[in-house]
Amino acid sequence: MEKHFTDSRVKGVSTGTTILAAVFDGGVVIGSDSRASIGGEYVSSKTINKVIQVHDRIFCCMAGSLADAQAVTKTAKFQLSFHSIQMESPPLVISAASVLKQLCYNNKEELQAGFITAGWDKKKGPQVYVVSLGGMLISQPVTIGGSGSTYIYGYVDAKYKVNMTREECLQFATNALALAMGRDNVSGGVANLVVITEEGVEHIVIPGDKLPRFSDE
Amino acid sequence: MALSNVLDSPAAGFNFDNAARNAAFEGLFEGGQTPKPLKTGTTIAGVVFKDGVVLGADTRATSSEVVADKMCAKIHYISPNIYCCGAGTAADTEKTTDLLSSNLTVFSLNSGRNPRVVMAVNILQDMLYRYHGQIGANLILGGVDCTGNHLYTVGPYGSVNKVPYLAMGSGDLAALGILEDGFQHDLELEKAKKLVRDAVHSGIMNDLGSGNNIDICVITAEGVDYIRPFQESEFKDRREIKYKYRQGTTPVLTKKITPLKMEVVQETTQKMETV
Repeated sequence: MEKHFTDSRVKGVSTGTTILAAVFDGGVVIGSDSRASIGGEYVSSKTINKVIQVHDRIFCCMAGSLADAQAVTKTAKFQLSFHSIQMESPPLVISAASVLKQLCYNNKEELQAGFITAGWDKKKGPQVYVVSLGGMLISQPVTIGGSGSTYIYGYVDAKYKVNMTREECLQFATNALALAMGRDNVSGGVANLVVITEEGVEHIVIPGDKLPRFSDE
Repeated sequence: MALSNVLDSPAAGFNFDNAARNAAFEGLFEGGQTPKPLKTGTTIAGVVFKDGVVLGADTRATSSEVVADKMCAKIHYISPNIYCCGAGTAADTEKTTDLLSSNLTVFSLNSGRNPRVVMAVNILQDMLYRYHGQIGANLILGGVDCTGNHLYTVGPYGSVNKVPYLAMGSGDLAALGILEDGFQHDLELEKAKKLVRDAVHSGIMNDLGSGNNIDICVITAEGVDYIRPFQESEFKDRREIKYKYRQGTTPVLTKKITPLKMEVVQETTQKMETV
């Protein structure tokens, strides 16, 4: 595979991605594209899953090196499961985000992975947390990440409203992903969305040709 | 308890020691370049079909410009229901798959069940990630277990992807073209074998590092059909001269026999209790 690997900062397969999460009235939507690339020029997978379930009502989106992100989420899944058994109750979303943060911060020299954690818990309801490359952890109502996010900051800042309905929030997330995938070469494929509420979890997959089109396409 | 890593319990957490050691090695060689290992320069492919998984591979192993092995086996046995194709550094793929196979055999003996494909994938991912890309193994894992028919790819850095069809190695782009065109879900056995053969054949024709024969391995719930070779190369050469020489061709000038003197130094007997 060496001919695919050019001078890229991420060694091996990178997720080179667009990920986002947004809180709405009663739940949270988390989503991503599905492209994995090597060296910014070869698409090694058109259907990679970047939205990983780390517990019943908590999901994580990964960005950066695919190997690092998969290793971290595997470890986090195990630690959360163990924590949940010890506490005899479902973990808080902030616990999940903290586990990821500990891993990213303590191994910041070697790892190249960032995450968006979103979920629902009984204490604070729907929440979204960002764990950046170096291990910073902050909570936001809406957040975007990955290389494709740079193209949609304007859209997100303008269009996000607090306390949207589920349908409005889904449309907002779909539009944002479609716009980013349309401009970023290392984002693409299908849009993977997950809606998390107190009642449960719903997976929505929108194939590339069913994504919303805009005036210049 | 049946553990997945039964032969070697790794330390907790991430361990990047070997990455630091390898970086230190680079400084010791002239020109800062570590010696290049033998690569298989390969085309391997896999397809999930209606009743199982078909894996295919070429059989050429190259050492720079020379073909080192014309009949090398790139489809490795992992367990009775799982086989693995390996591309990348020949030694790495051999050893990694051997290690995985040993681990899973002990696990099978301890637990009394056939391993699941996802378990093999997890063990591989953990191991390759720990070595941070220093183990140059690009693997296609295919198998059938109680949860269905599965095909996974594991990269050298430890990234994993579950897919219905796949090609890896230096001839992967050529093979992928054939697979993208011909793949459908729930193919019949013969169509699936033909698709994989065509994909590997395309790799052989269009890539210098791949060649010679094509091996096919069909894994189903009933069992495994390892067809080696599935198709022989059209360009086999016929040796005109015989390379075997009869005894007496080289004359013997002198003969000297030196017996080795061995003496008994110590003799002990130990009584063993028997029932």
